[in-house]
Amino acid sequence: MMHKLAKDDIQSDILGQIERVSGEELNKCYQCGNCTGSCPVSFAMEIPPTKTIRMLQLGRVDDVLKANSMWLCVSCLQCYSRCPKAVSAANLFEALRQLSLRKGESHEEIKDLPFPFLKGAPQQAIVSGFRKFVS
Amino acid sequence: MKLTYYPGCTLNTVAKQFDASAKKSALELGFEMDELSEWNCCGASFPLTPDNIMGLSAPTKVLAQARKAGDTVMTLCSVCYNVLKRTNKVIRDDTDRRDVVCGFIEEDYDGSIDVLHFLEVLRDRVGFEKVKEAVKRPLEGLKAGAYYGCMLLRPFEDMGIDNCEDPTIFEDLLKALGCEPVGFPNKIECCGSHLALGKDNEEIVTKLSGNVMQSAAGSGAELIVTSCPLCQYNLDGAQEKLEASMPGYRPVPIVYFTQILGLSLGQSETELGLDTSRWDARPLLKEKGI
Repeated sequence: MMHKLAKDDIQSDILGQIERVSGEELNKCYQCGNCTGSCPVSFAMEIPPTKTIRMLQLGRVDDVLKANSMWLCVSCLQCYSRCPKAVSAANLFEALRQLSLRKGESHEEIKDLPFPFLKGAPQQAIVSGFRKFVS
Repeated sequence: MKLTYYPGCTLNTVAKQFDASAKKSALELGFEMDELSEWNCCGASFPLTPDNIMGLSAPTKVLAQARKAGDTVMTLCSVCYNVLKRTNKVIRDDTDRRDVVCGFIEEDYDGSIDVLHFLEVLRDRVGFEKVKEAVKRPLEGLKAGAYYGCMLLRPFEDMGIDNCEDPTIFEDLLKALGCEPVGFPNKIECCGSHLALGKDNEEIVTKLSGNVMQSAAGSGAELIVTSCPLCQYNLDGAQEKLEASMPGYRPVPIVYFTQILGLSLGQSETELGLDTSRWDARPLLKEKGI
């Protein structure tokens, strides 16, 4: 698919917002691929970490926000740990989640959680899950 | 030696055996775990985005409470350790965020506490040699897989407990207890973590935890040692699926490192809560003559 690269896309407000919220500088990434190679969930992501960063560099925020990737990131920091440029894909995914959650759009509904899970799971799973998925 | 101790939400509920075995073992090793008289949940995930200042308030409250009791605070849960240690660094180094957080929670705190993990206390304050001397029941012949997961180790510049690519602190402890430690390729990989909560993520968690278990079993581990209740929950669950879907897969017990420590110090299996584990370790221990 042809994608037209426009100045408005790569200088959009939302990109600035993503950089501000995440504390990451998108242009530091030179696409070595270490993050995708280290990521334990990249196999299930529609857009893996390295490609997510590239698409953000090119201003394709809408495509990135539609993908399942940010909801699958486990925040294990293996990407950041092995990045030669100290870019944290995990922080970027967290920023993308936050942008969605701060609009009041939850990814999981508390009322849908199965009772056996609520009863048997460690509290930390519930608390951290709420923080990642519920607005 | 008396150390201020922060248990966190899970050690007070589904992981009571982790808490109890640590407290008892600590006494036998010459130090006392003094639980904070007042504490709240740490938030169970460090806010990765620097502008999420609200996420720092709960852990800062814990740190401020602990500072009133002394200059160190010790945790057992890997996640609490990660959240408290990283938050403490932010509060210490970033005065702007410190002012906002401390103003909000109405505490005067400057990040001047040392956040320690129980493992660090054993290594750096008690010493593994001393631990070895205290062992009453050496766990000879027990091949224990050392599983670190993510939160104990990463990011290295904040956590610094051990080398984040090839840590050995668990193996060193297991060696002191007489075990045969088994390091395996996936020992620092994630178990699936908070995806446990997602409705469509079961397969992914099973795959991630399954990879860890197969890597450990493939390296000869007969039992897995962890310091994270969420890792234990995910690994336990994944083994149920592996057992059903993979012919010949034999589930192995997943235990907290303090349970193994307590066992070697002479505590009984029931006292350690080994009878309540999803995958029973007792037949294995019996087979090994422990």
